Amino acid sequence: MTLNYDQAVEKYEPTLGLEVHVELNTVSKMFCSCSTIFGAAPNTQTCPVCLGMPGALPVVNAKAIESSILIGLALNCSVVPFSRFARKNYFYPDMPKNFQTSQFDEPICVNGYLDVQLDTDDGVQTFRIEIERVHMEEDTGKSLHVGGATGRIHGADYSLLDYNRAGIPLVEIVTKIIPNTGKYAPQVARAYVTELRDILRSLGVSDVKMEQGSMRCDVNLSLAPIDSGKLGTRSETKNVNSLRSVERAVIGEVVRQAERLEVGERIVQETRHFLEESGQTRPGRSKEQAEDYRYFPEPDLVPVVPDSSWIEELRALLPEKPSVRRKRLQEAWAVPDKEMAALVNAELLDVVEETILLGAEPTRARTWWLGEISRIANEKSVIPASLITPTHVAEVITLIASGELTDKLARQVVDGVIAGEGTPQEVIDSRGLKVVSDDSALMVAIEAAIAAQPDTAERIRSGNIPAAGALIGAVMKATGGQADAAKVRELLLKHLGQG
Amino acid sequence: MISIRSDASEMADALTAGTTTSVSLTEQHFEQIAKVDGAVHAFLYLDHDGAFEQARVVDARRAKGEALSPLAGVPLALKDVMAQKGIPTTCGSKMLEGWRPPYDATVVTRLKAAGIVILGKTNMDEFAMGSSTENSAYGTTHNPWDLTKIPGGSGGGSSAALAAFESPLAIGTDTGGSIRQPAAVTGTVGVKPTYGGVSRYGLIAFSSSLDQAGPCARTVLDAALLHEVIAGHDERDSTSINLPVPQVVKAARKLDVKGLKIGVVKELQGEGFQDGVLNRFNEALDELVSAGAEIVHVSCPSFDYALAAYYLIAPSECSSNLARFDSMRYGIRIGDDGNRSAEEVMNMTRHAGFGPEVKRRIILGTYALSSGYYDAYYGSAQKVRTLLIQDFSAAFLKADVLVSPTSPTTAFTIGQNDNNPLAMYLNDIATIPANMAGIGAMSLPSGLADEDGLPAGFHIMSPAMKDDLMYQVGGTLEAALLSKWGAPLLSKAPGLAVNS
Repeated sequence: MTLNYDQAVEKYEPTLGLEVHVELNTVSKMFCSCSTIFGAAPNTQTCPVCLGMPGALPVVNAKAIESSILIGLALNCSVVPFSRFARKNYFYPDMPKNFQTSQFDEPICVNGYLDVQLDTDDGVQTFRIEIERVHMEEDTGKSLHVGGATGRIHGADYSLLDYNRAGIPLVEIVTKIIPNTGKYAPQVARAYVTELRDILRSLGVSDVKMEQGSMRCDVNLSLAPIDSGKLGTRSETKNVNSLRSVERAVIGEVVRQAERLEVGERIVQETRHFLEESGQTRPGRSKEQAEDYRYFPEPDLVPVVPDSSWIEELRALLPEKPSVRRKRLQEAWAVPDKEMAALVNAELLDVVEETILLGAEPTRARTWWLGEISRIANEKSVIPASLITPTHVAEVITLIASGELTDKLARQVVDGVIAGEGTPQEVIDSRGLKVVSDDSALMVAIEAAIAAQPDTAERIRSGNIPAAGALIGAVMKATGGQADAAKVRELLLKHLGQG
Repeated sequence: MISIRSDASEMADALTAGTTTSVSLTEQHFEQIAKVDGAVHAFLYLDHDGAFEQARVVDARRAKGEALSPLAGVPLALKDVMAQKGIPTTCGSKMLEGWRPPYDATVVTRLKAAGIVILGKTNMDEFAMGSSTENSAYGTTHNPWDLTKIPGGSGGGSSAALAAFESPLAIGTDTGGSIRQPAAVTGTVGVKPTYGGVSRYGLIAFSSSLDQAGPCARTVLDAALLHEVIAGHDERDSTSINLPVPQVVKAARKLDVKGLKIGVVKELQGEGFQDGVLNRFNEALDELVSAGAEIVHVSCPSFDYALAAYYLIAPSECSSNLARFDSMRYGIRIGDDGNRSAEEVMNMTRHAGFGPEVKRRIILGTYALSSGYYDAYYGSAQKVRTLLIQDFSAAFLKADVLVSPTSPTTAFTIGQNDNNPLAMYLNDIATIPANMAGIGAMSLPSGLADEDGLPAGFHIMSPAMKDDLMYQVGGTLEAALLSKWGAPLLSKAPGLAVNS
C-alpha cells in the first residue's frame, strides 16, 4: 500500500524527538590538550590520553564546560549545580578505551525550551520545543572500512582508524517529545534545527557545519492514529546532515511508518540511516537487541560543580537571540518578509549589518550582497562573505552615493576586489575607473558626437528630446562608460539649447 | 660503612658526604640482584643502562656542587604497574608483553627529577589483582624470609626486593592492600597515602576510585622521604588533591606520641587472625602506651561489609578499565590472520592475554554493572562505601589514628590458595576499609609470629590528608621495637641465606 505524505498525516499524528550533536570549537580536546583542527593527517593529533593508553587519565576541558553552560542558558535551561560524567561501555575499534566518557543520568543542563515560528494555514504560529537536556561527551575516532560492499565493518577487507577525532568535545541537545505538530512536523523539525544552529553560531561555540559533521541530527519519530491519545513505537534516524535532510527525513519516516501501519504491521524500535539520494531511510541495528552499556559514574573525573556566580557571569555574556535580532534588523531596515527570509537563508545578516554600520545605505547594502556578490558567490560555489569584506562593500557604496562611481563602474570595482586586485580605491586607480565628471572633457566628447551625427543634433534642437539618447550613447561609448550619463544628458541638452 | 643493608636515608647521607657514589650504590644493588633474584624473582626487567646513566648524571651534578633532592642517587625498584617511557611495562600480564610506554607516569617523572635511580620493574599479580604475586603471567615472586612462601601481593616484587636487599626503596600501588600486605609479610614498611595524595597518571588502572601509589621501604623515615618525592598535586589527574603535602618526614622524625589517642578497631581482630600476629600486635600497643599514647577501643560495624562491597566496586571498575586491552593499539594481538573480524581478534586476544583471576574479576564486574543488577550490586556497594566513610569519621572523633594487624596471617605457602579465591581475598580484610574510604594507611613490622617465625605487620590508618599522623605513630613504634629487638627485624631473616 502506498500513501503520500498528505494522506499519511490525515490519518496519523506524528510525534517528534530531536537529538542534535554539536562539535564544540574548543582549541583542545575534551579530556586532553590535543588539537581539534579539522583535516590534519590521520593520527597526528593524538596523545596517551585520547589513544586510551594504559595509565593515562582524562582532565575535563574547562572551556567545554563553559560552552555547554552557555548553550544551556541560551536554551532557557537550568544549569545543574552538580553533574557528572559516566562511562558508556561497549567495544568498537575506533573507541580507544572501549568506553565513551559521556554524561548520562546527571547532565549539566536540563529543562529548557526553544520557540520556533512557522507560517501555517492559520497564519504565523509559534511552536515551543521543550529541551530535556544538554550534556557533554567525547567523540569517537573515525573508521574507514575498506573493501566489502557496504562500507561497514562486516565484510570489509581491512579497516583504517584515525583517532584525531577521538576526544573532540561534543554537546548533545535532546528535546522532549514534540507533540501536536500535525502535518507541520517536517517544517517544525527543520525550523528547530535551523534556530538551534543560529543560536549556537551566535554563541560562537561551534562551527555548526552540518556538511562537515560538526552538527549532526538524529530524528526520532513515531506515529499514532489521530486522536488516539497514544504514542506509537519510534524509530531513530541517524546522520541527518543538512537542514533540508531534516525535513526530508521526517517526511520519509512519516510515509514509511504510515504505510506499515496501514497494512497492519508494527513499527520496530530501531536505528535507521538516512539516505541522502532518495530521502528514505534504511534499517540499522535493531534496538531490541540493544547492547547493555553498563553505565556507571566515571571514577577518573570529579563532579562538575559550576559556581553560581560564574553561571551568572556567563548569562550576562549571552548575545542577542537570533530571533530577536532578526526582528530588530527587519524593522530597522524596513525589509519585506520575503527579502528578509532571503537574507537569512543566504546567511547574509552579519555582513549586511556590518556594511550598514560602516555607513552604507541599507537598501544598497542589501542589494549588493543579495545581488551581484551572491551571484558571483554562486558561480564560484562559495559563500558571499568569503569573497569580499563589508568594509570594501561599504566603501564602494559610499563612492556610488557621492557620484564617484556609477553602478556599472562599481560592478567592475567589486569584480576587481574579488579578483584580488586590492582595495576598491586600488582597483579604481589601477583600472582607471574614475567617473568622468570634468565638464570640459565631456564637452569635447559631446561636440565630437554632434559633429558625427549633425542630423540628430538638429532634431534635438527642434525639440525632439528623446533623440538625445543616440548622442548620449555615443558620448558614453567614447568615454569608455566612465562618464555619468545624467551629467552628459544635462550638458548635451544645454549645449543644444534645450537645458 | 654504607652497604646494601643500609637504610635509604643513610645512603643519602653518605652520598651527600661524598663517602659513596650513586654509581657505586647502583653497582652494588645490581650485584645483589644478580646474586639473589634467581631465587627471589622480584624483578621482571632490569634497566642497567638507564640506571647507570641516571647515577652518573647525579654523581656529576653532585661533584659540581649542585643542590640535589634528598634521595638523589639512591636506587629504587618500580612496580611494573607504572608506565615508564621506553621501558617494558607489562603490569604482570601477557596482554602487555613487549609494550614500551611512550610516556612517563607522573610518579616516574618525579622520581627522575629527584635524581632517584630506577633499577628496574618489579613483579606483581596481573593487573594488581591478587595477594601473592602468584597471578603474575611471569612467574611467582618468593618471600626472602622463606622461599616457599608468598611475598604478598599484588606488589610482592617491590616488597621482596626490599627484604632481599636488592633495593632500598620501591614504589607500590595499593587498591585493597597491595602495598601494605606485602610489606607485612616481608617485614618491610609500606604506605598507602590518602587517595589523591599521589598522582595516578601513568598508573595502569585496576580500580580507579581505589588505586593509590605509595612508597615502600625498610624504615618509616625512608618511606617518608620517598613519600615527599612522589606526592603532591598533578594537573593530569583530576582526582589529585590540590593541597600542601602533609609533612611526613618531619612526622617520621618526631619519635613522640604523647597525648595521641590510638584507636583499636574491634572488627579488625579476633576470628581469622593468627594468634602470633595478634600477640605481636598487642605488644606493639604496649610499646605505644609506654611511649605516652592512649589506647581507645572503637567499633566500626560496617567494616564487616567492606570486603563484600570491595569485591563489587573493584571488579566493576576493572571490567571497564581493562576494556581498552583489545589488541587494536598496543600489546599482543592474537588471531589476526587476515580472515578474522576485529571482534574475533579482540576476543581471541583477550582470551589468551588475560589470566584466570583477571577474567574472573572482569566477569564479576560486568555482571555487577549490567542493567537490572546495577542497583543491587554496584549501587549497594557504593552505599556501603558511604557507611564506611561515616564509620571512619565517627572513629576519628575518638582517636587520632586507628590500628589493627595489617594482614590476618603471616605469609602462606605458595600454591596453598590456588583453588580458593575467597581465602585469598580474606588477606585484605583489614586493609580494604582504608581504600574504600580514601584515607591513608601504613604497615610496619611488629615482629615475628610465634607459630612460624615469619613477619607480622602493624597497620596504622590516619584521616584523609593527615598522613603525617601515621608516620608519627609508625616512626615512634619502629624506634621502640628496634631498641627492644636490638637490630632491625630483617637481620633475623633466615631465608636471606640466599644472600651469602
